[in-house]
Amino acid sequence: MGSGASITGEPPRQPAPEAGAWRKHALAAGFLAPAAVFLAIWIVYPTIRTIVRSFFDRDGDEFVWFDNYQRLFTDDVLLTAVKNNAIWVAVVPAMVTAIGLVFAVLTERVGWAVAFKTAVFMPMAISAFAAGITWRIVYIQEPERGALNAAIRSVKGVVSPAGVLSDAAPSTDALEGTPRGGLRLAEPVRPGDVALLGLTRIPQGEVPGDAEEARRPEAASGGITGVVWRDFRPGGGTPGEVESQELGLPGVTVELRDPGGSTIATAQTEADGTFVFEELDDATYNVAIGAETFAQPFNGVAWLGQKLVTPAIIAAYIWIWAGFSMVVIGAGLSAIPRDVLEAARTDGGTEWQVFRRVTVPLLAPVLTVVFITMLINVLKVFDIVLAIAPGSVQADASVLALAMWRSAFSGVNDFGVGSAIAVFIFVLVIPILLLNIRRFRREA
Amino acid sequence: MATAQPAALERPVTRRDPLAARILRAVGKAPVHLVLVFVGILWLVPTLGLLLTSLLAPEDFQDRGWWQLFSEPARLTFENYDAVLTNETITSSLWTTAVIAVGGTIIPIFVAALAGYAFAWLDFPGRDWLFILVIALLVVPLQMALIPMFEFYNSLGDIPLLGSLAGFDTVGSLILFHTAFGLPFAIFLLRNFFIGIPKDILESARIDGASEMRIFLRLILPLGLPAIASLAIFQFLWTWNDLLVALTFGRETQPITVAIFSQLRAFGANIELIAPATFVSLAIPLVVFFAFQRYFVQGLLAGSVK
Repeated sequence: MGSGASITGEPPRQPAPEAGAWRKHALAAGFLAPAAVFLAIWIVYPTIRTIVRSFFDRDGDEFVWFDNYQRLFTDDVLLTAVKNNAIWVAVVPAMVTAIGLVFAVLTERVGWAVAFKTAVFMPMAISAFAAGITWRIVYIQEPERGALNAAIRSVKGVVSPAGVLSDAAPSTDALEGTPRGGLRLAEPVRPGDVALLGLTRIPQGEVPGDAEEARRPEAASGGITGVVWRDFRPGGGTPGEVESQELGLPGVTVELRDPGGSTIATAQTEADGTFVFEELDDATYNVAIGAETFAQPFNGVAWLGQKLVTPAIIAAYIWIWAGFSMVVIGAGLSAIPRDVLEAARTDGGTEWQVFRRVTVPLLAPVLTVVFITMLINVLKVFDIVLAIAPGSVQADASVLALAMWRSAFSGVNDFGVGSAIAVFIFVLVIPILLLNIRRFRREA
Repeated sequence: MATAQPAALERPVTRRDPLAARILRAVGKAPVHLVLVFVGILWLVPTLGLLLTSLLAPEDFQDRGWWQLFSEPARLTFENYDAVLTNETITSSLWTTAVIAVGGTIIPIFVAALAGYAFAWLDFPGRDWLFILVIALLVVPLQMALIPMFEFYNSLGDIPLLGSLAGFDTVGSLILFHTAFGLPFAIFLLRNFFIGIPKDILESARIDGASEMRIFLRLILPLGLPAIASLAIFQFLWTWNDLLVALTFGRETQPITVAIFSQLRAFGANIELIAPATFVSLAIPLVVFFAFQRYFVQGLLAGSVK
């Protein structure tokens, strides 16, 4: 770098060159000093101190070699965090990169791509913590309030609707079986008979509102009539008999089966519980109430229960980061020269071949950047776990950064183990750091 | 279908008939549009759910989902927002967060700009190695600093002035922590931007006798504005959205994330407070994001590591 003095053509000023260099260095030091102070006190010193601290016990009095690190792989709570974080590492970077690639490719040739990109990118601006709370509302278990379970319930309502009753028991021995497998009249019936299907122990409030007093139907020639009713009235009543004040059970599907057990006809009960099968051949039949009448209503998947909590949090995390991946990969995509792709197409490549053999290899550096960035992020994931996992399953959903924080600050105050976990995270990140430096040196 | 048929019958014509070809292409793309519409809506639903949940009347929380507001819009109410915005804990938390975010944005950017200028345009021994050290620090997880700084901030508590400015559980301690951890990325980004400023401009300023400080303030900062803007947005969002640092050093200072966090224990019972408070806390980042989207994306592409 030429010094100003010689260019101006004036004779060199009096201070010797060494002094000039010294002044230049002092000037540079002045510009660097504030940053140096911050980096030294807040990053370099604590890094060294944490490494040293990780070899001491919880109070820092005794040197314990690798005990704290050993705890990381023997203590159940900490081991869960290690395992969970391994799941995160295995799933998230690959998924985020793949989803981002798909979105970037799909939006490339769509006119309203900006609207889509904005929608997908928006979660990036929100804090992981707020995003976590947002998803915690999505994951509420009761289908009345949790959007995800409500959606599942409405799909299920079409595929396998909830039964009229969730539970019941036969009122007499005339009916056999269980609600789960269906109830069947023990005695076969013939046309002209009246079938009485009495049920008790129906959960409170489950008798349909339009139910009327049960009525014992007339026998019909050439047909089978019957009634499904709640064989119970205030005060008890006689089991097996249709009495006043006992309610019919409307909407129950009654099945008529041949002796072989296959259903040949079905009928719905009326408001007073009666049903009828007409124009039957003279033979013996079985009358039964199928299991679907007692199908359990959908009570919601426990997304935030022990088993599903980690996948649930991971899904929310992917929701946040897909936009980042899409935008970075999209930028890479638009940098691919058009004529390369055109050439591949005119050479007869199908869209898929062009994508697989030309686009993806050309995008490899960008995909790597996204993948590595997500790898670093996932090793430090914290806020979203704390926001989504309810206190009772926090230990089951734990990850390294959360375990570190809980060990050191959340009442346990074990600075030894906390430091060890921090160092563990750091060590996992170092290979990525080396990669970054190499990338920089190549660019510089 | 009617248009597609003749096109299919007379194959050679298809290529020359732009209308038929266009329709065919549009029909072929329909699945892509459908998928994108579906995914786009899927991506918006959670945030919409939070917003509408925050607009449910307190007595409706226990048995109603937010989507029922679509069929009964009359039940929508701003009651919860009234309650949250008059709740002194929440409003003072929002102010605290604002102060931390502004301080935690301006200070690191100024400090980083000074260093970035030195790395880009001043000559000193070991310059490249020092810069590599800065990049190395980029990857130090902030978990490495939590425990030592917890002890350090606590030890400052006994010192009269310093303790109340930057001791444990002060706004200052949070700003300084965010400053330090924002620096490596900021220096990296600004140095790379400054180095692209044409050398002639600097040289002529130096010949005119301008001091380095003057060049920095009058030339470099204005020219570096695009980079500084994207950096500012990142740093602002980062400090505004932070939970980990705030939870460790600012339990009593209580930025908004900590205030909401302390309500989480009884999530079901406090949802009428949690939902609107969360929405307010993310409204500001959203406004910043939409206002400066371009800079945000530029910053993202400039160096996607943090």
